Amino acid sequence: MTVTTLTINGELVSASPGASVLEAARENGVEIPTLCELEGISSAGACRLCLVEISGTPRLQPACVTAATEGMEVQTDSERLNRYRRMILELLFAERNHICPVCVANGHCELQSRAIENGMDHVRFSYQHPDLSVDITHERFGIDQDRCILCTRCVRVCDELEGAHTWDVAGRGTKSRVITDLNQPWGESDTCTSCAKCVEACPTGAIFRKGSSVGEMEHRRDRIRFIADARKKKEWSP
Amino acid sequence: MDQNELQAIAEKERKSRKPIRVSCCTAAGCLSSNSQAVLDNLRAEVKVAAIDGRVDVCSVGCMKLCSRGPLVRVADGGGRRDQLKDAVLYESVQPDDVAPVIRAIVDGGRADIPVADRSHPFFSRQKPIVLENCGWVEPERIESYIEAGGYRALHYVLREMTPEQVLKEVTQSGLRGRGGAGFPAGVKWALVAKTPSDKKYVVCNADEGDPGAFMDRSVLESDPHRVLEGMAIAAYAVGAAQGYIYIRGEYPLAINRLQTAIRSAKRMGLIGGHIMDSPFDFNVDLRIGAGAFVCGEETALMASIEGKRGAPTPRPPYPAEHGLWGHSTLINNVETLANVAPILRNGADWFASVGTEKSKGTKVFALAGKIRNTGLIEVPMGITLREIVEDMGDGIPDGRVKAVQTGGPSGGCIPTEHLDTPVDYESLAALGSIMGSGGMIVMDEKTNMVDVARFFMEFCMDESCGKCIPCRAGTVQMHGLLQKICDGNATPDDLALLEDLCDMVRHTSLCGLGQTAPNPVMSTLRFFRHEYENLLRKEAILT
Amino acid sequence: MSVSENKRRPRIATVWLAGCSGCHMSFLDLDEWLFELAKLADVVYSPVADVKEYPENVDAVLVEGAVANEDNLELIRKVRARTKAVVSFGDCAVTGNVTALRNPLGDPENVLKRAYIEEANTGGRIPSDHPLVPKLLPKVLPVHQVVKVDAFLWGCPPDAARIRAVLEKLLGVEKPAEVDAINPAAGQETAKTKDGE
Repeated sequence: MTVTTLTINGELVSASPGASVLEAARENGVEIPTLCELEGISSAGACRLCLVEISGTPRLQPACVTAATEGMEVQTDSERLNRYRRMILELLFAERNHICPVCVANGHCELQSRAIENGMDHVRFSYQHPDLSVDITHERFGIDQDRCILCTRCVRVCDELEGAHTWDVAGRGTKSRVITDLNQPWGESDTCTSCAKCVEACPTGAIFRKGSSVGEMEHRRDRIRFIADARKKKEWSP
Repeated sequence: MDQNELQAIAEKERKSRKPIRVSCCTAAGCLSSNSQAVLDNLRAEVKVAAIDGRVDVCSVGCMKLCSRGPLVRVADGGGRRDQLKDAVLYESVQPDDVAPVIRAIVDGGRADIPVADRSHPFFSRQKPIVLENCGWVEPERIESYIEAGGYRALHYVLREMTPEQVLKEVTQSGLRGRGGAGFPAGVKWALVAKTPSDKKYVVCNADEGDPGAFMDRSVLESDPHRVLEGMAIAAYAVGAAQGYIYIRGEYPLAINRLQTAIRSAKRMGLIGGHIMDSPFDFNVDLRIGAGAFVCGEETALMASIEGKRGAPTPRPPYPAEHGLWGHSTLINNVETLANVAPILRNGADWFASVGTEKSKGTKVFALAGKIRNTGLIEVPMGITLREIVEDMGDGIPDGRVKAVQTGGPSGGCIPTEHLDTPVDYESLAALGSIMGSGGMIVMDEKTNMVDVARFFMEFCMDESCGKCIPCRAGTVQMHGLLQKICDGNATPDDLALLEDLCDMVRHTSLCGLGQTAPNPVMSTLRFFRHEYENLLRKEAILT
Repeated sequence: MSVSENKRRPRIATVWLAGCSGCHMSFLDLDEWLFELAKLADVVYSPVADVKEYPENVDAVLVEGAVANEDNLELIRKVRARTKAVVSFGDCAVTGNVTALRNPLGDPENVLKRAYIEEANTGGRIPSDHPLVPKLLPKVLPVHQVVKVDAFLWGCPPDAARIRAVLEKLLGVEKPAEVDAINPAAGQETAKTKDGE
């Protein structure tokens, strides 16, 4: 693998060997919105916010799992992409019960930030208002399904970095839920090591530290990155 | 096992046949209307009438006219297909009808129960390649398949052809994937063959799940060895030693017959190590789906085989490059693989002589809906929808055709003014539908097209895996808007929003399920927009 | 969207539907700028003004709160019919927000049961049907799902600077475009920088 040169939004840029389009964009200061992607764990290509236009490819491609190749022409920002991104965000807000003013992550929430950046000022779809559960059986943490966007960061970080695989997804479609172990209460999980990586990874306030009040919970994503670098690159500086 | 042994088995099978052959369909369609009792009665009555010395009673697969099942065929001439002029196909045979059928054999006449007209276009317009043995061979007896010429193509391939020659033959035949998308099979095979990988796999996708579609089930229930032979040839061509058939759990009979087929093929050395005393090894195992439609999508299917949650992953990488457990993998649908043995047996040119320029061969359809004749049909590519619906299907009993739905939840509705469209991949796509896996539902004038779109959207909503947001949450909103339109509560703004959603979900979803979920809406909007608009109101009402 | 092309003084209003009145508190946080506002426009209807009937010919209105009961519904329809520009004012109006927390409970009967019986400390009972108590709607709805809305000013509550930005834009006050009234990212800079990325 060698360094590649590609064009992002009309600018000729270089990308590190093996970089994805998303990484190439970030290396060159181009922001592409993401939700399910998290540095340090594998990419799922699931949230579809990072879709970009690539010349010569009929379909939009997720930047997080698309390799940057020599001569590629990428468009990360267009009226059409932003329109799609807005609808995706609206769909998420309508899907579960996101009540920002009473959420621990208010002001530190990636879903909220993406909406603000995109200019999504209201939701045109009908709010589903599902009746969802809150699990606070764990002595230190809790999960409020109302705020979960099913990004599966918790599932991946728990499996890939902690090696516990406490989290997984049950059910399908809009009935999907992240669950602990075999859908037991989190507090009864045999596999959970209480490492809090899921808490740091969660983009919203779905997985939270107990005792935090509205707007109090700040995520330490740098810790995930630190652990990932420690494991993969043997670098131990925070 | 060599050519002589195969022939010896065929010869022995032929000799053991009695002059008169009574075949009863025991595929799922007829079984569901009690054909097992009919078969049991036939076997008992033949003994009672003491004609078991000259009458075989056998359990066969689908005899096509599913709407008139259970079907029973009485043929003399030892059941040889070239001597079937006087064969009789009884319709809707009830257990009580068996006695008159047997009496008619004894007396030499016909029983007084309805008989199918075998010269009707429903039968005469069929072009059996995939279904050539369907309803003839006994699916649970490998000898029956060998008698019909089975495993001869595999033998020839292993002895006379290099993998490259097989690839060339399949490529030249013009065979395209029958799972729906129509990707050229030869290209797919060559991709796997050329990908360096220490292990390779061949997967047969038998996770047929479109509402109203039963082509693959019929093939597997009626002629399972054909698929095994196709898989073995494919494995030889691409260099794989292990195959999996991923079949949905809702097909217990097909699973059962496949298990029997694999067992007997292994026993005869037609599957397993050193097949037909060649250096070629190939094993086949079944993997049974647990009821998720999305597992028909190839990346989800592979995840399921690996024991993971059946959710798709972004492509590229394609299975040819990064398939099962990271190894190069060939995935073909049942019908595609069922075409392989005849292509190798008769040659690429023979196959390419059937069909149109870009769509070669035949296509099997499960013809269903409001028409007179429903059932399983295999037609040459290029036949028009009108010929299928009006001639073969014999039209709608009281009323007129409004639309033909192809491609199931990924397809579209083709209106009556386009019935002269030829059935090929490109023509159907040009009308906003797809060839699909072979579901074909005929709708009459009473059909509410918005409700049809709503039905398919409900299906996609229920079957979305939930991984990507556009499909998971978008289908819910599209379904809600369609319901609102059906209920007469929607405004023009709602319709505009629905169209925006269709566009977004189509272009942003992760896999084919989501990307095609809007198709039934878009195609009904294209041809039946007035039906939507007639249901709209000017002012919103609170819901 | 400006209402200042009129020759006469602009007529603006504020309306309080199902919400906590926090958005109006934030409106009062405009402090001395309220005097400026009084120079620019007439406030013809507001919870902080003693006007009984929503008047005709209003140029712009800030609507706080979601549509939760029959009174809200009647008022918002009247407001829409009599107003040029309707602004959804704050999260309850824009999303349903806290007011809509009752929606997962289902129909109003369940909601009342939960609030007055299941959660009661002693002797719970559902308040009797009194004609003065408006009936709850089956679901709490954001304003734009009931009537057409021209602009959205979210926040719980939106801070005074953003309210002012919207009003200035509506009233056609010439200002350096430091804040986009409809999508005021400036006021939310905190959210953007603190989310940990």
